[in-house]
Amino acid sequence: MFKNIAELVERAESESLSISEIMIRQEMEVKQLTREQIFRQMERNLEVMEKAIEDGLKGVKSHSGLTGGDAVLIQNYMREHEPLSGHLLMDAVSKAVATNEVNAAMGTICATPTAGSAGCVPGTLFAVKDKLNPSREQMVRYLFTSGAFGFVVANNASISGAAGGCQAEVGSAAGMAAAAIVEMAGGTPQQSAEAMAITLKNMLGLICDPVAGLVEVPCVKRNAMGASNAVVAADMALAGVTSRIPCDEVIDAMYKVGQRMPSAFRETAQGGLAATLTGRKLEAKIYGSPIDEE
Amino acid sequence: MKYRSVFDIIGPVMIGPSSSHTAGAARIGRAARHLFGREPVYAHVHLYGSFAQTYKGHGTDVAIIGGLLDFETDDTRISSSIDIAGQKQMEIHFYEEEAQTDHPNTARLVIGDDAGELELVGISIGGGKVEITELNGFELRLSGSHPAILLIHNDRYGAIASATSILASHEINIGRMEVSRKAQGEQALMVIEVDQNIEDTVLNELERADHIIQVARISD
Repeated sequence: MFKNIAELVERAESESLSISEIMIRQEMEVKQLTREQIFRQMERNLEVMEKAIEDGLKGVKSHSGLTGGDAVLIQNYMREHEPLSGHLLMDAVSKAVATNEVNAAMGTICATPTAGSAGCVPGTLFAVKDKLNPSREQMVRYLFTSGAFGFVVANNASISGAAGGCQAEVGSAAGMAAAAIVEMAGGTPQQSAEAMAITLKNMLGLICDPVAGLVEVPCVKRNAMGASNAVVAADMALAGVTSRIPCDEVIDAMYKVGQRMPSAFRETAQGGLAATLTGRKLEAKIYGSPIDEE
Repeated sequence: MKYRSVFDIIGPVMIGPSSSHTAGAARIGRAARHLFGREPVYAHVHLYGSFAQTYKGHGTDVAIIGGLLDFETDDTRISSSIDIAGQKQMEIHFYEEEAQTDHPNTARLVIGDDAGELELVGISIGGGKVEITELNGFELRLSGSHPAILLIHNDRYGAIASATSILASHEINIGRMEVSRKAQGEQALMVIEVDQNIEDTVLNELERADHIIQVARISD
């Protein structure tokens, strides 16, 4: 098993294989399953993601009423205007939002790597798809590539908001997406690693501060920005920009930042936006009375 | 390594909103259900850390009960599991604990019926992945992603050999194994993680083996 990004990239480059191929081969060995079985399982995950985006773009509303409908607003805007940030970027944003709106409404999603950060990977995939016209197999490979990078983060740092803050969830998801975009666009394994490093560097320190403890505010919009961060970082890496700090060291820094993060900023709904006046008022309205008065 | 499969990262397919607080919680409940071997009549659920602070918003309560009812992470009945349990007359109590635990997402489940009781501590480590850290007072590490066999046995020589030789005769490979005991010569617990799901015949054979008292399995 590859222990870090350097090892993953080194193996891919020395054996002239893609990152997705390394991940597939490792999975076959670990699970003692055939390539077809593993591919089929990942394809089912892809189908769930596609369906979630479809549902979100039709418009959903969460039980609390805090989130829902923004994906539709963005798509409507895109039909009537040329978005300032470009069509592909806003498409990725709307599809990331769609996924997380479905998640908040207790719909069915595929965690990538978590449910709270489930929008970044599929949001970018289904936006980049319209530009790059990948085959279905390439789309499944996108998930293996992002999975390979997430695998390293999960083992060497954390993908849990309660343990490492939002940087560990949306930060990891955005980094995974950036790396996968690079592979789909024809970049090298090393460029994938650069894209992940650039993305994660810019999400370091992001706290997990859900209003009323719900995976809604600010989670849905954090996925929107995570997806845009991923697309921009992928473009930078494809342009040849590199990260001065190697990807593995960025992951390690993220881990250490998470360890030193006070518990108020790790999914306890006690700090950050959850502790704002409006955050507390929303919480009081949803539960009748605040869970935790300060 | 805590995570061994790409599907720990891209997955699980689940009902929202939280992989750790909803899907992970459901998996902890389901692990307890499988180890208990039947639907419990009562359940005392103690929540710690972030679980205690945010369980209402994340649906952690309905997820754990859904797990006790043997629902998978993507079962849409999870959201109404407490009502379903109520129809079955299951007695349920939740406790928001203030004690500090090693992991922020910790749940202690005490479930049972007239015939017995089971106490289990589970932690949800992220992305829907869980570990069972304690069972009936025994400390253990059990990842939720591999099929596993748990054997309560007498702390005697030959107990481990009799169990592993049965697995070997069925060509079942052991991925991880752990043995713990409360005191020398008393009851002990063997935890064996394997690569494939275990058939009933193997389980029955294990139950009849020397020094083995009770056998339970957790399927993939």
